[in-house]
Amino acid sequence: MVEIQLKSGADFEGFRQAVRSLLENGTTPENVAWGNSDARERFNVAPENSATRISLPADVVSLAKLVVCHTDPERYGLLYDLIWRVKHGERHLLDVACDPTVHRLERMRKAIARDIHKMHAFVRFQSTPSDDGERFVAWFEPQFFILHEASSFFVSRFPSFAWSILTPLGSLHWNRHQLTAGGPASKSDLKAPEDEFEKGWIEYYRSTFNPARLNTKLMRAEMPKRYWQNLPEASAMGDMIRAAARRVDDMLEAPPSISIKRSPERALLRSTGSPPLSLEALNEIITASDAFVPGGTRAVLGEGPLRPDLAFIGEQPGDQEDIQGRPFVGPAGAIFDRALAASGISRAECYITNAVKHFKYEQRGKRRIHQTPTHGEIKHYRWWLQEELKIVQPKLVVALGASAAFALAGRPVKVSESRGLTKFDTVPAVLTIHPSYILRLQDKAQAETEFAKFVADLNLARACLAEAA
Amino acid sequence: MAMTLFEKLPILADAAKYDASCASSGGPKHKAKQGGLGSTTGAGICHSYTPDGRCVSLLKILLTNYCLYDCAYCINRRSSNVRRARFSVDEVVTLTTEFYKRNYIEGLFLSSGIIRSADYTMEQMMLVAKKLRREHGFAGYIHLKTIPEASPWLIEQAGLWADRLSINLELSRETSLRKLAPEKNAETIQFAMRQTGERIAEAKKEKRRFSPAGQSTQIIVGADDASDLDVLRSSSRMYEKYKLKRVYYSGFSPIPDASKALPVKAPPLVREHRLYQADWLLRYYEFSIEDLASASDDGMLDLGIDPKFAWALKHREAFPVDVNTAAREMLLRVPGLGKRAVDQIISSRRHHRLRAEDIRRLSPGFKRALPFLIAADHHSTALLDRLDLRSRIAPSQQLELF
Ligand code: SF4
Repeated sequence: MVEIQLKSGADFEGFRQAVRSLLENGTTPENVAWGNSDARERFNVAPENSATRISLPADVVSLAKLVVCHTDPERYGLLYDLIWRVKHGERHLLDVACDPTVHRLERMRKAIARDIHKMHAFVRFQSTPSDDGERFVAWFEPQFFILHEASSFFVSRFPSFAWSILTPLGSLHWNRHQLTAGGPASKSDLKAPEDEFEKGWIEYYRSTFNPARLNTKLMRAEMPKRYWQNLPEASAMGDMIRAAARRVDDMLEAPPSISIKRSPERALLRSTGSPPLSLEALNEIITASDAFVPGGTRAVLGEGPLRPDLAFIGEQPGDQEDIQGRPFVGPAGAIFDRALAASGISRAECYITNAVKHFKYEQRGKRRIHQTPTHGEIKHYRWWLQEELKIVQPKLVVALGASAAFALAGRPVKVSESRGLTKFDTVPAVLTIHPSYILRLQDKAQAETEFAKFVADLNLARACLAEAA
Repeated sequence: MAMTLFEKLPILADAAKYDASCASSGGPKHKAKQGGLGSTTGAGICHSYTPDGRCVSLLKILLTNYCLYDCAYCINRRSSNVRRARFSVDEVVTLTTEFYKRNYIEGLFLSSGIIRSADYTMEQMMLVAKKLRREHGFAGYIHLKTIPEASPWLIEQAGLWADRLSINLELSRETSLRKLAPEKNAETIQFAMRQTGERIAEAKKEKRRFSPAGQSTQIIVGADDASDLDVLRSSSRMYEKYKLKRVYYSGFSPIPDASKALPVKAPPLVREHRLYQADWLLRYYEFSIEDLASASDDGMLDLGIDPKFAWALKHREAFPVDVNTAAREMLLRVPGLGKRAVDQIISSRRHHRLRAEDIRRLSPGFKRALPFLIAADHHSTALLDRLDLRSRIAPSQQLELF
């Protein structure tokens, strides 16, 4: 018989080393006696590094990590039994959930997980004055040795202020950078001044309770009584339960209130359909909003006169547009201007805007690289474009490229297939390429041809207008 | 004299408590960046329970309980005589962060009566969320109730900051909606749900953050004469069409200063519970609406037994089911076997033939399941043919919750 003594509490390290050496010596589970106490040193355990590491399925290791936190004196024995069998032909033992050992370990794991979960839920911090301003301190009494396992939750949730959690089994202290473990504490170690937010919390707890649904059994199942003593809101429970029946009777007996006959018209008028009525109002909303695309330092608004003959819709502002805050002022804008001139259109008489109001880009070193907006992103901006065009009321819309067409149509439109005269909703439109397409062409001759085709589309738009007039 | 923060809190918490859709689950895990506050764990945490057995997870409050609308079932309707109050954006932000720092809550559930205009109200709510995220680096959970009448771009923005958006359907039948909530409009509600559903799906596909915990809704049960099947039909339609994460059912509860238009009676808690069970069967147990229809009478679920058991009693020919060979969907139909137990049966039976004793260890509903099962050492047909099966295995503790 080999006797193993581990430290009290959750001694995962000690257990691991013991298992290594036991397995190395081929010691069967029946021949091991597990005990733990603080008083005696470990013995019969090979010192670190001397026993070879063993490989175990990941789920066995994570089960062991939790189960060692239990208070059941048989926990190490059961775990070793499991590991022994896993190493001797029953590799998938954990899948056999109905195996008595697996079943029992699983129940222990559940109890631990629940205790950890309840600690995450029921720790109540109190604000206390401290050297560095304010420290949040809590007193908590866990059921098992879970302090270590439960700690990372608090670190990732409350990284930016100092806090301590005191328990009878040890304590945790966080100073905004580092977590340190301290010794056992007692409840009297926590001295917090009165806190108006704690009073507010108790008031909140009272008010969020519906007496017509009283069900204390369910409450006790989820919030066992053993936790109540450290929950400030529990002090209000007694009153709430006692008064519930009377409150319900009052509600049931009270005569229904005479509803004042008021027609819904006024309410409706005030509450529905409140779109901005002017371009200024709309632009104010757009400017105040956050970008729906990555990058997007500022909103680049549309510009030009109301009720113009032509409105041009581009994709989104680029680097230069973002810097200057105006549409089509970069390299693509230069081609656009050249094409307008070739077709005899005065830019000043047109309304020019973009489907997406922010510059979507990716920073690469010093350069900001244009990223095409996704369909989802364009849709976020679509309502604005629709309102904008409702206010601007152009006679004809020119969609520059696929993104603009998508924004206007609300569905994908292929430029190569639908290029030329078309309609978005009921507004007559011309669909053409985005001038940046020409910019990207390497072949000079091809660029010239494409430019000519672009100008031809603009001429088409002009011809349409003339016909309509 | 102006009310203080802590004078307003009980009024605006009381006004919000009838909304059942207050969970902090369903979102991806994330945590605060440097200098920030908070995290979401995915599953959510209940920080407390009130004596009605309900979980307190989020700070559930109204921005204001002033309201232009007059929904008969609602304590905040304009014709009700309740005390009114209104939080400022900053007050809500302060309450949320201070409560959060004391570990009282997982985050904020913010709703509001409609004041001034739908857009104005929605914008105020959106600003609360934006301020929490932007100025406090708040990474806790935020659920915003959206106002369907608000302009679409406000909902687009709300999705940037919220973990979950929701619009309450409240009444499953259009006629009831017209009668009891004269200012609301079923079409507007559906339009807003569709828009939100689309954006959530697109953002997910494009790996962007937009209401990552999806959208949900609530249906009030017992305020109109809609049957259980009416209610479940509209749920299953919404799950399908708008990809809702959850539909919550809220048994209509008496309120102080109730309207004459509605019955004043105890909330139908058992009915509400059965609807939740049926909803689970739809979402996780591969039941169809037709299955539920065949498990109910005149469109109403049996109040005495759970809907799965009711279905099994009417389809005895489908049983017994052999735990060692049956397909997963058949095991899921066995009363008393939960989804987890079924998965464990399937992984265990690969390694050895299961006996009744094994099932007992795997399923807390073992007793109820046994008459419907065949195991290596157990075969039940005699029991199945008995006419009193229902009373034999549906003891009074079927109603244990209430
Ligand atoms: S809109 Fe209707 S349900 Fe919402 S707060 Fe106003 S009265 Fe209540």
